[in-house]
Amino acid sequence: MLEDLPVALKGLLLQALMRFLPAWAEPWISGLLSAAAVVVVFGLLFGIVTVLERKGLGRMQNRYGPNRVGIPLTSVRLAGFGQFLADGIKALTKEDVVPRAADRVVHFLAPVVMVIPALLALAVLPYGRHCVPVDFEAGLLFFFAVGAATELAVFMAGWSSRNKYSLLGAMRGIAQMLSYEVPLVLAVVPVVMAAGSLSLVRIVEAQAAVGNWTGWFIATPWGLAGFLLFLAAALAEANRSPFDLPEGESEIVAGYFIEYSGFKFALFFLGEYLGLFAALGLAITLFLGGWQAPVGSLAWMPSWFWFFAKLLVLIGVAIWVRGSWPRLRVDQLMGLAWKFLLPLTLVNLVSAVLWRFVPGPALAWLVCGGLTLAAYVGLARGLATAGGWGPRTYRFAE
Amino acid sequence: MLGEGLAKGLLTTAKNFVGSYVSRERLVTVQYPEERRPLPEAARSFPFLVYDGDDPVAGLRCVACKICETECPPQCIYIVKDTVKKPDHTGKLQNQPLIFDIDISVCMSCQICVEVCPFDAIKMDVAYEWSTHDRFEGLLLHKEQLSKPNSYYHKIHPTEAAEVDARLAAARAKAAVARAGGAGKPAAPAAVKG
Repeated sequence: MLEDLPVALKGLLLQALMRFLPAWAEPWISGLLSAAAVVVVFGLLFGIVTVLERKGLGRMQNRYGPNRVGIPLTSVRLAGFGQFLADGIKALTKEDVVPRAADRVVHFLAPVVMVIPALLALAVLPYGRHCVPVDFEAGLLFFFAVGAATELAVFMAGWSSRNKYSLLGAMRGIAQMLSYEVPLVLAVVPVVMAAGSLSLVRIVEAQAAVGNWTGWFIATPWGLAGFLLFLAAALAEANRSPFDLPEGESEIVAGYFIEYSGFKFALFFLGEYLGLFAALGLAITLFLGGWQAPVGSLAWMPSWFWFFAKLLVLIGVAIWVRGSWPRLRVDQLMGLAWKFLLPLTLVNLVSAVLWRFVPGPALAWLVCGGLTLAAYVGLARGLATAGGWGPRTYRFAE
Repeated sequence: MLGEGLAKGLLTTAKNFVGSYVSRERLVTVQYPEERRPLPEAARSFPFLVYDGDDPVAGLRCVACKICETECPPQCIYIVKDTVKKPDHTGKLQNQPLIFDIDISVCMSCQICVEVCPFDAIKMDVAYEWSTHDRFEGLLLHKEQLSKPNSYYHKIHPTEAAEVDARLAAARAKAAVARAGGAGKPAAPAAVKG
């Protein structure tokens, strides 16, 4: 019953609508309903996550965080979870300022271009057993193809604003996103090799063989390393802290969306969060067993519940990371992508191949895990001495 | 080793996150309108006028000497002397203000009026919630609003108020001795009053 709830709801709505509409409209309406579900669910999740993030960051700094806004005209406070509605209304009523020198058309289009690819990427993720908005044979390829369009939006916003900070932010954004695309995709390749398919539905099914979490790809040395590498690259791809250089408040004010106000600013915010959700959702699909329950005895709970539970946990990790780590410098950012993540993903690829051919799980763990660990330690040691990544001494700051 | 500091950072924030739910002492902020931090004793906002006893008019220490008005750097005090005199705390007849206004939108809380007052009549208040919809009349405090009892002064600045009370008591004792010694002198103002 609960398992099929999203599908049943959609079926009911479609039936109700088809009473008034011609037969040829059915596939269109069906698609539209799926798209609307994605927009509504993730729009709502975005709102809740903004509150959660502010509360979480507050608690990490020993503050309360937002806890006031509840139901208007009453004393019900909902622990501050009405905040995102108030913020949304505020963003809608704000003046929409466009700089006089800006390229008006591109300036207008940039926030739209930011949100659309994120929504498209979200459309191919399998949220539950029967809950896949679009099931492509090469869904993974589609995901990365549309995900790369975010770079276009960043550059459109930065260039059309005619502001030095925007342009700096956009340039940083482009450099960062292009660089991190490489380890991001390479971290995924072992999964494709193991599952033998580019279809995200097939990849989830490949992890379902055992029936509990030991069947997930994260329960292998290359999966664990791949997951962590993917997470690092995904945070960079989504412009999240510690890779939020394109926004870099302390250096370039707000980066590429500095000249945006009102709802366009909110759209950038939305696009960024949707990008994060999409990236984390893909991490879940590829490494954490997608919509599967971690233990077989919990499989009676609806599959989409497990997907969103895992998503919330990963979002929590992203918030935790944001509250803990400082932002990287531009050269550190590039160095991390090309000198550290890229070699590690390549080693991880070899490790995944070895996993296939080394007999016995114990020996395989030893060989593959040892290889990855050795590569990590070697790279870290080498970069700390030769690359200047070690602790720095300051002549005048002590 | 790369990653050591990252783990340390994560641990610190995790401790804060859990700790802030467990112990309230960790929380550095207060929920303002509901709870307020106790103010330090030396806190000060804007000046107020002290009166002794229960009657804000009869007990007012101010003698309208206008020293504070003259000394006030931003010129936010406005005083008009009353034609009727009243006895001060030693029994001596003194002037009193008919109008005593302080524009707290101008006042810069420098405390110079308090320093120069020879009668310990003007002191610094600690009230800070003065927001109002009317920025002219709402922030112009009149004598009635400014007059506050000595007990209030004791409440907000206990140490300082005790010192002032001791000083005033000494002055009163001296005046009483003088009255007892030379009977003619203090009798003269009494005759004027009659």
